[in-house]
Amino acid sequence: MMRTITMRTIAFAATIALLCGALLAPNTLSAEDGKTVNIYSARKEALILPILERFRDETGIAFSLVTGKADALLKRLQLEGEASPADVFITVDAGRLHRAKEAGVLQTIGSDVVNAAVPAHLRDADGYWAALSKRARTIMYANDRVDPTALSTYEGLTDPMWKGRICIRSSGNIYNQSLVASMIEANGAEAAEVWAEGMVANFARPPAGGDTDQLRAAAAGECDLAVANTYYFGRLAASAKEEDQAVAAALTAFWPNQGEGDRGVHVNVSGVGITANAQNRDSAIRLIEFLVSPEAQTWYAEVNHEYPVVPGVPVSETLASFGTFEEDSLNLTVLGVNNRQAVEVMDRAGWP
Amino acid sequence: MAKPAMIAASPFSTSRLVAALAPVLAFVVALPVLIIVASLFGSEGGETWGHLWRTALATYVVNSFILMLGVGALTLILGIPAAWFTAVCEFPGRRLFTWLLPLPLAFPAYIIAYTYTGLLDYPGPVQTFVRDVTGWGRGDYWFPPIRSLGGAIVMLGLVLYPYVFLLARAAFLERSSATLEVSRTLGYGVRQSFFRLALPLARPAIATGVSLALMETLADYGTVQYFGVGTFTTGIFRTFYGFDDLTAASQLSAALLLFIVLLIYMERYSRRRARYDTGSADRFEHRIRLSGGQAVGAWVSCLLPVVLGFILPGAVLLKWALFDAVWGSSFMALIWNSFYLAALAAVIAVACALVLGYARRNSNTKLVRVSLGVSGLGYAIPGAIIGIGVIVPLAWLDHRLIDLVKSLTGEQIGLVLSGSIVALLFAYTVRFLAISLGAVQNGLDKIKPSLDYATRSLGRRPIQVLAEIHVPLMRSSVLTALLIVFVDVMKELPATLILRPFDFNTLAVRAYELASDERLADAAAPSIMIVLVGVLPVILLSRTISRGHAGRD
Repeated sequence: MMRTITMRTIAFAATIALLCGALLAPNTLSAEDGKTVNIYSARKEALILPILERFRDETGIAFSLVTGKADALLKRLQLEGEASPADVFITVDAGRLHRAKEAGVLQTIGSDVVNAAVPAHLRDADGYWAALSKRARTIMYANDRVDPTALSTYEGLTDPMWKGRICIRSSGNIYNQSLVASMIEANGAEAAEVWAEGMVANFARPPAGGDTDQLRAAAAGECDLAVANTYYFGRLAASAKEEDQAVAAALTAFWPNQGEGDRGVHVNVSGVGITANAQNRDSAIRLIEFLVSPEAQTWYAEVNHEYPVVPGVPVSETLASFGTFEEDSLNLTVLGVNNRQAVEVMDRAGWP
Repeated sequence: MAKPAMIAASPFSTSRLVAALAPVLAFVVALPVLIIVASLFGSEGGETWGHLWRTALATYVVNSFILMLGVGALTLILGIPAAWFTAVCEFPGRRLFTWLLPLPLAFPAYIIAYTYTGLLDYPGPVQTFVRDVTGWGRGDYWFPPIRSLGGAIVMLGLVLYPYVFLLARAAFLERSSATLEVSRTLGYGVRQSFFRLALPLARPAIATGVSLALMETLADYGTVQYFGVGTFTTGIFRTFYGFDDLTAASQLSAALLLFIVLLIYMERYSRRRARYDTGSADRFEHRIRLSGGQAVGAWVSCLLPVVLGFILPGAVLLKWALFDAVWGSSFMALIWNSFYLAALAAVIAVACALVLGYARRNSNTKLVRVSLGVSGLGYAIPGAIIGIGVIVPLAWLDHRLIDLVKSLTGEQIGLVLSGSIVALLFAYTVRFLAISLGAVQNGLDKIKPSLDYATRSLGRRPIQVLAEIHVPLMRSSVLTALLIVFVDVMKELPATLILRPFDFNTLAVRAYELASDERLADAAAPSIMIVLVGVLPVILLSRTISRGHAGRD
């Protein structure tokens, strides 16, 4: 009999738990009284939530947030169709914004404030998305082992003098895919493939880990050059930990392709669009206008060491210490268009 | 003679209902998998296949194959000796090891990969120490590269061997009495009775354990991606993310699935003639007492997996969490979300497994057997792909619902199922039903049908048979199923990431976000919480299994 009671108790508890679960399930409708905006963000919570909270405090507009991988969120948007609760889609690269536009899940932003604040080459030509911050992917060299005069361009990294000296992450990474996409645009797919083969020949070790891992490896001496996004470098430099500062102190950022008439440093962006079926379009526009305001732009520069898209907004002290550079001003849509080809190129070159 | 007549007139009153319900349930659970398999019949995706065929596909297949062989071998090497020693032998520390050995199950594989990388890669403390002491530099010495195929094998083997350990140990415990008696009459020593009797008898349980470990291995993305090892699963995500070709990604998943089905079938076929009647539930009082070299051997084979799979990575995590991490806010909410999702999912998955298991027991028709087969396949498919497979039918249903409400009331409602907890629970059931089904079936197999008839013939009603015979005999299997699913859901990431509602995070999501933002030390805080919340049930699990064999432990 004891057993029966235990079983019943378990069943009862389970039923209660189920009911609780059903009640706790948040309502996906957005029909609250007050204004609200629903966000699908490929930008991680830690790097979007604080600024959203400021937006809420300043405007009184509530928000709901789901973070995730851009492709999965995009697929979710597509499958949810016109019933999707999302109003705003935020990504950390231009390619995914282009995919979203192509998939028909975005509408034009159409805000004069945004158009005035963000330079034209950092917005979609048709007005479907706008960049929020810039992220430069550049070369960091070990101070004690590399003479910076030997460095010149991304193309120059394939020189045999760098054999066994370069750290870079795997080809599955979107930043590498964007870099190769920009090289396809600049030099053509064949040249990009030859370049990728040259890179593979110069790897110090099989690609693995993230950008920070490449920087740590270069500082520790496993390689002499690391290709990484600048904000990872910035974070190490601004870190409170001694070992992080030591890594940053051992390295210097080099800006490639700065020669007369050359295209400049490869830059990708984080960006934002309004979903095609946004039910809170007004709030969505208010949010985007806030995100390109000097306040939000400064926040990204200070907190995550990304470059502001709005001209004239000051960068963090750490970023300023890296010096200034000319950036590749190619239309960012190209990164999305060439992405598939970039992956194919790296596959053929045997870049793991 | 009223009673026998009654038996004839009412075979288990609910059994027909259960048998009818099972195929429906199996279909619903298998739906996301079927949607993925259906992609094989689409005309798209050919271009991507062609490209992969010409470039990386061979590498993916070879790597996946080596990974499987390696992980399979490692789970056997780590799991079986430990299971044997703790089940039938007596040596100092045996009780402690019995509950320590399953603990690595609480670690997500990618987290243990982070900790070992932090320790063992070139800038890490171990190699730095070697360089400082010897004065060597780059290229002067060889050190096993942690970020490699071999490293991935070790990482996955260390967290997955508990499946083999748990199931093999249960099998050894069940048969130990008879086995040892027989081996005594045959004049076998400990070693011979292990290899000639215990091991072959435990084969079904070990096969279940290894196949769970291998399915998890093939679905793993976090570890191999971090190590830069190109596997079949890497290929799936490269196709999805890099090529933006979900069709080809689904096709690759389906191919992976077919391979696994083949594997499982081959294993079953190879022992088709063998019959595994369970021994009677009698107890044996005397463990084999080990001393001297044998005791040391037992001790080492139990200590090694625990140290490498739990204590060492746990210590690294703890160090990061305590000294290096910035503990974010809202930890209680994360813990609660993870906990109640995992608990609910465990109850649902086990309830489904019970329905399917009893359907099989009571009416072993072809339909029911096929239902069981397809309902467990979700375990072998990467969570992110399952996530998409779950959104497809739910979004479809939601849109029909929206149309219906609109036509009836004229009102426009939003999505009800997609983007809700329901979607998450559905995904967990799809993904983890295989585990609960395996454990429940193992439990049911122990109860001979003759026992039911005997009890019925003594005048017990079916419900009494269930309460007095099945519930006590099934208790440890059901709890095992509940707890393993609980721990797995705690760790689950990709499906959670895609499907979760607004403003809803779990420990695994927080850990992933920090880790993928390359803040490994900060990720240690939620990671250690996953392990802690997961360890409690694992300890509970070990105790339950021990108590299920009271008098032996």
